[in-house]
Amino acid sequence: MADEKRIDEPTGTSFVGHEWDGIEELDTPMPRWWLYTFYACIAFAAVMVVLYPAIPMLHSASTGVLGWSSHGDLAKEMAADHARRAPVMHALEQTPIEQIPADPKLLRAAQEGGHSAFKVYCTQCHGAGAAGAKGYPNLNDDDWLWGGDLKTIQQTLLHGVRQPGDDETRMSQMPAFGRDGILKPAEVQDVVSYVRFLSKQEGVTASSRRGAAVFTANCAVCHGDAGKGNRAVGAPNLTDGIWLYGGDRDTITETVTNARYGIMPAWGARLDPVTVKMLAIYVHSLGGGEKTPVDPVPAPAETPVPAAVAAR
Amino acid sequence: MDGIVMRAVAWLVVAFAAVGMSACAIDQGFAIQMGIVALAAFIAAFYAMRRVGNPAIAADGSLPAPRDRYDDEVIRWGVIATVFWAIVGLLVGVVIASQLAFPLLNLHSEYTTFGRLRPLHTSAVIFAFGGNALIATSYYVVQRTCRARLAFPWLARFVFWGYQLFIVLAASGYVLGITEGREYAEPEWYVDIWLTIVWVSYLAVYVGTIVRRSEPHIYVANWFYLGFIITVAMLHLVNNVTMPVSFFGSKSYSAFAGVQDALTQWWYGHNAVGFFLTAGFLGMMYYFVPKQAERPIYSYRLSIIHFWSLIFLYIWAGPHHLHYTALPDWAQTLGEVFSVMLWMPSWGGMINGLMTLNGAWDKIRTDPIIRMMVFALAFYGMATFEGPMMSIKEVNSLSHYTDWTIGHVHSAALGWNGMITFGALYYMTPRLWGRTRLYSLRMVNWHFWCATLGIVLYASSMWVAGIMQGLMWREYGSDGYLVYSFAEVVQAMHPYYLIRTTGGLLYLTGALIMAWNIWMTIAGKLRDEAPMSSPAFDPARDHPLQHVPAE
Repeated sequence: MADEKRIDEPTGTSFVGHEWDGIEELDTPMPRWWLYTFYACIAFAAVMVVLYPAIPMLHSASTGVLGWSSHGDLAKEMAADHARRAPVMHALEQTPIEQIPADPKLLRAAQEGGHSAFKVYCTQCHGAGAAGAKGYPNLNDDDWLWGGDLKTIQQTLLHGVRQPGDDETRMSQMPAFGRDGILKPAEVQDVVSYVRFLSKQEGVTASSRRGAAVFTANCAVCHGDAGKGNRAVGAPNLTDGIWLYGGDRDTITETVTNARYGIMPAWGARLDPVTVKMLAIYVHSLGGGEKTPVDPVPAPAETPVPAAVAAR
Repeated sequence: MDGIVMRAVAWLVVAFAAVGMSACAIDQGFAIQMGIVALAAFIAAFYAMRRVGNPAIAADGSLPAPRDRYDDEVIRWGVIATVFWAIVGLLVGVVIASQLAFPLLNLHSEYTTFGRLRPLHTSAVIFAFGGNALIATSYYVVQRTCRARLAFPWLARFVFWGYQLFIVLAASGYVLGITEGREYAEPEWYVDIWLTIVWVSYLAVYVGTIVRRSEPHIYVANWFYLGFIITVAMLHLVNNVTMPVSFFGSKSYSAFAGVQDALTQWWYGHNAVGFFLTAGFLGMMYYFVPKQAERPIYSYRLSIIHFWSLIFLYIWAGPHHLHYTALPDWAQTLGEVFSVMLWMPSWGGMINGLMTLNGAWDKIRTDPIIRMMVFALAFYGMATFEGPMMSIKEVNSLSHYTDWTIGHVHSAALGWNGMITFGALYYMTPRLWGRTRLYSLRMVNWHFWCATLGIVLYASSMWVAGIMQGLMWREYGSDGYLVYSFAEVVQAMHPYYLIRTTGGLLYLTGALIMAWNIWMTIAGKLRDEAPMSSPAFDPARDHPLQHVPAE
């Protein structure tokens, strides 16, 4: 303890003089670069505290010399972007949807916006590439349940599918033929055979011949005599080999026995009209979009009656 | 003797109370947890009763240990517990890293989902592995730097076993779905109360030992350990102010709400990092680095200034976890500037550790334990630069919520906390069990390289993935729309998740090598191998100073 001037051989620095379990301490001064960097950080802090909101007081806080606030910053950025996009958004709002394809600039803007909205709201069910999944239609093909022209897609988006509380929603319900005892199990198997014959998966058998009669009596009212479907009630085309739930025997048996009740939200209640419009244009552009009919479809067909229910 | 009987009776009362609580429980999880408490209390009562009538046991219940040696029994348990929990924590880490890459590994069971295993991993590595390492090393260091035996030996043992019970309750609770949902403080109210009792006991043992010291001054390692123990006590108490729904149920609700609750939580969370994982482990560093290097501490003055500035500045930096949230702007600014000011105080520890090797740099080449410690200090320096940088709002707007944060945390946890602990374990084990050296220094070398490669893979993959993630989230097209959907970003992360898992697996492999090495050292085996250098152990000097009583 007494020899305070004792020098550490390798470093040439003197010891402080304490010792604990063999550990000693050198009396090295703090490294200058360390000390000055520390001071610089403190100076940075002092400047930041003056420039930005930092000092809490009784009812509010200091606002800082710059007058910056995170809310103000966000509002400014959003306002600038709104102003930048305003002309295009206004044009999209004003132009009827079927006329947008005529304006390449508007069309591209709508597709971009629709794609962006699709990724946020639609990919969960229809997939990032819009290829769909079991129970969720593929939007890339030209097989449409409710119709594939711009106005029809827009209508489906606005009011959804089988949404309670929305008068204009796409509504229909296939009966649960097996569960409710409308058809006997053997009849269900026969009609499944016939449906598989319609989609060219099976040849003509005794079962499918019996099924044809069952089909005509029970299914044709919605799916049509030839099984080509009916968009007014969202009845799928059964002859095209495109399946919403699956075309194997087990899946069709399940569908005929218990029926299906696919739903989609009514986006009109959640998104602004321009976004819905852009979504419709994006979905239309994916590959299967149909031309807008020259003669608008008569009003009753646009708001389909629950025909299957009525047929019961 | 009466004291021992009383203690046994007290444990029995606790056990029966727990059985009663279990029977009255309003939820199944609470019933199971109280069953665990009852079991632990019965075991404690059994051991207490076995001591009754044993003349070898002192009146205060302490074990018959020679008064001229340090009280190392509980430290030996601590070393074994540290190694055990390291393996558990790292293994669960590898499992959840794999779950992120392959969600199928959630196994369709609520008990094995990522949501329940993730807190199991964080608590196992921070509190079980890190906590046991801190308790064991602090007991080791405080005795030797005070040249005194542990105060209240029975309380020191209670701290160890009580802490293990805390870990078991916390871990089993997570798997059962019992959680407060507060990050790094998930255990529910009754586990919090138990930890409070254990922690206050720990403080009493630690302060008691310092008070009984034979040295005139308190060594710097003890400042850091004491700062860690006191601050963690405060953090734990404030963050866990909750009201149980029922005293017979596991659920409770926080006294704070909204942004106040968020700030309380991150004040806790940030300082858990600051005082548990930084101050506590700096205490470890300040003893084991100079001992292993056999060199004096670089600068006494630096240790004073960086200790007090670290302690003062750390406690205010929590708001940087809540940038761009509902937290008022002024609090965010303060969180940022205090974090930036924290940079140099943090680096003071790194400088003092690294420069202690002045005059012994060649040991990095020859001594694998020193190499581990130097590596730990280097990663400590990197992480404590990265932290202040990420707290700057402009950087944070990119890094926040991304895997950059995960990379940051793991470079610090695996690099700094893990490696300095491994170094300390390798230092203590032969000395605690009276062996001439470790079973194998060459295996320490293997551990070092496995761990290093693991950290490099882990940290770099998460840095790259995090920055990519942040950039993809904020990328706008010319029309003002986001370019990527969330799912596309998740998909892009997949290869990095695989690299991360590989890194974790390597780190776990290193820890398994350590477990084997320590096991064999305890067993008294010496591997026949070419020697590597490590400071010799002189048992003759490793003892408390004997006071000659004045009266």
